[in-house]
Amino acid sequence: MAKFKEPQAFGLELDERIRLLPIRFERNDDGTFIVSNMVGEMVTLSGPELGRLASLQVAPGDGLYETAMEKLLIAREHQKAPLQLLALRLRSRMAYLQEPSALQIFVVTLRCEHSCPYCQVSRRSVDRDVYDMSQETASRALDIALASPSLKIKIEFQGGEPLLNFELIQYLVLEAERGAPAAGKQVEFVITTNLALLTDDVLAFCKSHGVLISTSLDGPADLHNRNRPRPGNNSHELTISGIRRAKLALGADAVGALMTTSEASLERVEEIVDEYLAHDLDGIFLRPISPYGFAIKTKQFKRYGVDEWLKFYERGLRYVLSINRAGRRFPELYAALLILRMMTDRPSGYVDLRSPAGIGIGALVYNYDGKVFASDEGRMLAEMNDRTFELGDVQNATYESLVLSDKLLELVGTSLTQCAPMCSTCAFEPNCGADPAYHVATQGDPQGIKPFSEFCARQKGLFRLLMRIMAESKEDEAILRSWAYV
Amino acid sequence: MTPLALSGKVDFAEGWSTERALVRLCAPVEPPQSPHDIALVRGDQDASVALALGYDGAAAFTENPLSISGFRRSLRLGKHLDYIASGDILGLAPLSRHFRTLYRRSSDHNSFLVTERCNHLCLMCSQPPRAVDDGWLMDEIAEALPLVSSSTRSIGFTGGEPLTEVSRFIELVRMSRDLLPNTAIHVLTNGRAFADHSVVKAWAGIKHPNLWAGIPLYGAVDHLHDHVVQARGAFDETVLGILRMKDAGQRVEIRVVLHRITATRLRETCEWLARNMPFVDHIALMGIEHTGFALANEAELWIDPVDYADDLAAGVQVLNSSGVPVSIYNLPLCLLSPTSRPFAVRSISDWKNAFQPECEACGEREKCSGFFSSGKLRRSRGIHPLVASTSAVDV
Repeated sequence: MAKFKEPQAFGLELDERIRLLPIRFERNDDGTFIVSNMVGEMVTLSGPELGRLASLQVAPGDGLYETAMEKLLIAREHQKAPLQLLALRLRSRMAYLQEPSALQIFVVTLRCEHSCPYCQVSRRSVDRDVYDMSQETASRALDIALASPSLKIKIEFQGGEPLLNFELIQYLVLEAERGAPAAGKQVEFVITTNLALLTDDVLAFCKSHGVLISTSLDGPADLHNRNRPRPGNNSHELTISGIRRAKLALGADAVGALMTTSEASLERVEEIVDEYLAHDLDGIFLRPISPYGFAIKTKQFKRYGVDEWLKFYERGLRYVLSINRAGRRFPELYAALLILRMMTDRPSGYVDLRSPAGIGIGALVYNYDGKVFASDEGRMLAEMNDRTFELGDVQNATYESLVLSDKLLELVGTSLTQCAPMCSTCAFEPNCGADPAYHVATQGDPQGIKPFSEFCARQKGLFRLLMRIMAESKEDEAILRSWAYV
Repeated sequence: MTPLALSGKVDFAEGWSTERALVRLCAPVEPPQSPHDIALVRGDQDASVALALGYDGAAAFTENPLSISGFRRSLRLGKHLDYIASGDILGLAPLSRHFRTLYRRSSDHNSFLVTERCNHLCLMCSQPPRAVDDGWLMDEIAEALPLVSSSTRSIGFTGGEPLTEVSRFIELVRMSRDLLPNTAIHVLTNGRAFADHSVVKAWAGIKHPNLWAGIPLYGAVDHLHDHVVQARGAFDETVLGILRMKDAGQRVEIRVVLHRITATRLRETCEWLARNMPFVDHIALMGIEHTGFALANEAELWIDPVDYADDLAAGVQVLNSSGVPVSIYNLPLCLLSPTSRPFAVRSISDWKNAFQPECEACGEREKCSGFFSSGKLRRSRGIHPLVASTSAVDV
């Protein structure tokens, strides 16, 4: 009979050393630590455990060694597999970089018939000649868009209210469909609209060209109409009927909605969620107000702080989880995005939360006047006379001149979380992203001082909240995990 | 129920001139296709037809006293071989009358033993390795492959470690590709050979349309895996091997055998697999077969499956929700959590599965893997009949 060796025979040899792989950590309120590996996989350790880990006072069989090895926090010095695993996972997480500038935004008009006090784009109510994009500008912009190296691009029509210049949308869709095959590309279209001006002709066009609809729904009628005033005070009614008609005409999957949290929303998150459920939307995205446009001018942005918003969000998320526990699949989409980062290594090129930032290399924005911006927020800043993110003009720019411009490279390089102070050492860094426009808007600098950044405070709050919920309930953990596979 | 006798002795062998012989048994309905073909004679009529068709060899069952003396070579088969049918292949050592059933045409579980040599000595090995010069096994397989029915759905190559002699084994797979283009090939290997780029290159170079490497991984912690397989450094090489195989676009199944050592970190292992290897083609979480070394190491390995059922359910859920195809092998449905049951597969080979008295009253028996009849049965305290339903609820 063979002689079998004891478990101890497979421990450390006398001359065998353990090495610490790259780790980062954050202290929790209860004194424990969230420790993350190089690819954002997290584990909670006690203070003494973290101390032992950092000083490599771990050994096979002590429990901490096993956890640390499973989480790729340590490896034996000669081992190759742990490093290969980290390398391939990092490569997978960053694979979105292989599809640059996949999002192309066309601001076909800045005019809008709504007059929302929180409007972040500084809409105009008059003067078609000045605030509508011309066909010539659109045509030049499309040439640049089709020159992006991505094989699949998404063209998003933004405003103002883009349906006020629907003729130009039709022109661009037809031109893109004509030009895309020659450029070897697939193109997808989406109109971001308040739906107030939705007509059967618009729906027929969207149907025959596979155009998707993204709209705004802030909650029940009184809240929505208060946030989103228009003549007749009937925004909610028009949005709801628009959603219904669009779902009917284009299919349930073709319509999505976003909400913006105003001060009046703070106590009403359940009603807001219920509104989304009542209209059969397949998820909700609980979004704070961003510091651009009228949101600054009308001081909407300052009406609540990050703590109040996090409370609102937690209440909303827990309510959404209870709906899922009762059997209805209904994700909160920002949590879904963060969970995708936290629980998987699939690439997530979401342009507003990645590092390198999505500016330019993730998205390009063609403004109504032909100016090209590195992000949607960049053109919002320009309406506030800050031209930090203006990369050029369609009159003389090429894709290369925009994306390889010194200005863009400087902005992307400066904002990298991988090396930004307070980000590079943050346990959540691999799951977070750079938001240079936010930091230019709030601190006048694309990197920003993170302890003063509400973006940072909000992100950290969200990561901690998700970790807490997953630790509390296996059932909620399973639900959250399933959202990563929407 | 006893398992099929896939090796043993024939009652009588006459007229054989070689030390080893390979025979395919054929119903005498058409002339022999190969020198290895002998007639499977079940009546006097068969014998004369076989002779007329040109067969020079025949096999008959001992309990059927018909004459096969007209054939140059003959075999008499005992009752333990009554499962033998036309198209089946035996390896024979005529002098000692020893036989091994290499292939049964009616079975979906045909597996060729490539070698008994292995660089692991797994604590629960059901086929304990031996350091012997058994290169003739691969010669025999090379001879047998042309005799295998081309309608066979899949065949396995097992060991020992089939990649002990890499180039000879690669040649066998290449032969299978040419002779049996529609047959899936499942190779059970410890995967360490794939840590070497050149092996992966040779494997991928076969360009077999349906070739699988089934590779065991007993956890995500080096010393645990190394202890189970009794080889230092095995974990690092096996993980590297899996990564290189997937990098080369090859099909890989990860196999985790469940016993006390692996079950204690089963949840963590599944989480690790979901995070680090979501790209593998299949993960099999497998109940242990109580035979071979598993008996010798029973004290260290035995755990009642009901005691890890919750961890198994959690692990399966993590893998499934991460999009990794996962199955449970070798565990009867009654020992699984209800959420795990849809993942259970009737995996125990047809020649060695069996049921318990409780199973008589069970409504889910048709869907159940049952138990290994090979080796010794360790009875779980959780064995009980289930009510038939789509979701298999407890009685």
